[in-house]
Amino acid sequence: MSDILEFSVAELVPDRTAVLENQGIPAGTAVSQQIQDLYYLACGLLAEAAAPVGVLCEISASAFAHVYMGEGRNEPRTPVGDIFERADHLALFAVTLGERPGQEIGSRFESNDFALACMLDSTASMAADKAAAVAEQRFSDTLQATGRTTPETGVLRYSPGYCGWHISGQKRLFEFLRPEQIGLTLRDSFLMEPLKSVSGVIVAGHRDIHNFPISYQFCSDCDTRSCRQRLRALFAG
Amino acid sequence: MDLLAEIVTGVINGDDERIAQLTQAVIEQGVSPKSILDDGLIAGMNVVGERFKAHTIFLPDVLLAAKAMYAGLDLLKPLLIKEGIPPMGRVVIGSVRGDLHDIGKNLVGIMLKGAGFEIIDLGNDVPPEAMVESAVRNEATVIGMSALLTTTMPVMGQVVQLLSQEGLTGKIKTIVGGAPVSGEFAREIGADAYGFDAANAVDRVKSLINVV
Repeated sequence: MSDILEFSVAELVPDRTAVLENQGIPAGTAVSQQIQDLYYLACGLLAEAAAPVGVLCEISASAFAHVYMGEGRNEPRTPVGDIFERADHLALFAVTLGERPGQEIGSRFESNDFALACMLDSTASMAADKAAAVAEQRFSDTLQATGRTTPETGVLRYSPGYCGWHISGQKRLFEFLRPEQIGLTLRDSFLMEPLKSVSGVIVAGHRDIHNFPISYQFCSDCDTRSCRQRLRALFAG
Repeated sequence: MDLLAEIVTGVINGDDERIAQLTQAVIEQGVSPKSILDDGLIAGMNVVGERFKAHTIFLPDVLLAAKAMYAGLDLLKPLLIKEGIPPMGRVVIGSVRGDLHDIGKNLVGIMLKGAGFEIIDLGNDVPPEAMVESAVRNEATVIGMSALLTTTMPVMGQVVQLLSQEGLTGKIKTIVGGAPVSGEFAREIGADAYGFDAANAVDRVKSLINVV
């Protein structure tokens, strides 16, 4: 049975430093008042436009194996593929900010208001990621409240389209999770509508299972190395 | 300061309202649209591009300047068309099928337009066939492709292959970019160029069509 997740926009608004870093401005850089105003304007627009909601559903390892296999287009070896069978608990999730943030971004681009459009795009993308992080935390809280964790438990989320899990994995994820109930649909290309949405699997188990090396074939094409930040946060916490 | 120099400064400062006023004023003075474009708007964007490359300004500054540039360009466009002044080149851009990340692609489009190119922006999640079909239909000389996911990068290779199958290799050039994309990857798939950021992409597109 799936749970509907509700969020307040306030808990999802990303902080200024993070958004400006996303816009290529290093932390600690003095920025003009004009750029600061853009950030606050984007946050205001996000607060007006976003209607964040999510859905989460626990899944067994055997059922997830079917979801993960997808259309058979994953890389031969992936972190998720190597990790999930060692997990204690798994849950599929999807979160969305709704249609309007994307429409607001589009209309700003249409009217040549590029700086605000891009600032809102960054702010909304990061807010969607924060919604996914909140979903992950709530699953972790639920496991803890029901006595299904140990002090060594680590909880992390993984999404189709990243780290060798082919984007076509969305199809079976949608078939299992049914996120249509929160207004999410899937394009033929397996991208979600609305665009400011995140889906994936939350994997709970001994935290060491998440500590994968960056030696997968596709790691050489990746220059974000965002997995390392996530792992650092997991092991620091 | 003459008005064209003021336009340059206004673009750099991202003052869109002032640029609209100044552009209207120089049009009324009888300055040629081509000169207003080249010596005012594009000259301003060139300075912005150089400062962006030197990391002395940032993405939002570039985009504010672009908005100012477009405020002038909107006034000039009918005059440029009337005088039969062609764009520097026509470029089809898009994020490839399966990829919805388009900030980088948008920035490339904005900066190419700022450099005098006509841009046909197909958006995100664009199938290879649509890229090639649009380039042929619009007589574009370059296709620019963006991907932010390692899982969608292969679609760029499909576009290059499709051009080859259609006998268009060399006639329509390709440039690729995006966080996981590299020069090595571009060479592997047979793309004509790799742009490591938006400013570099403009330089590479100019090289591809021999406008430097």
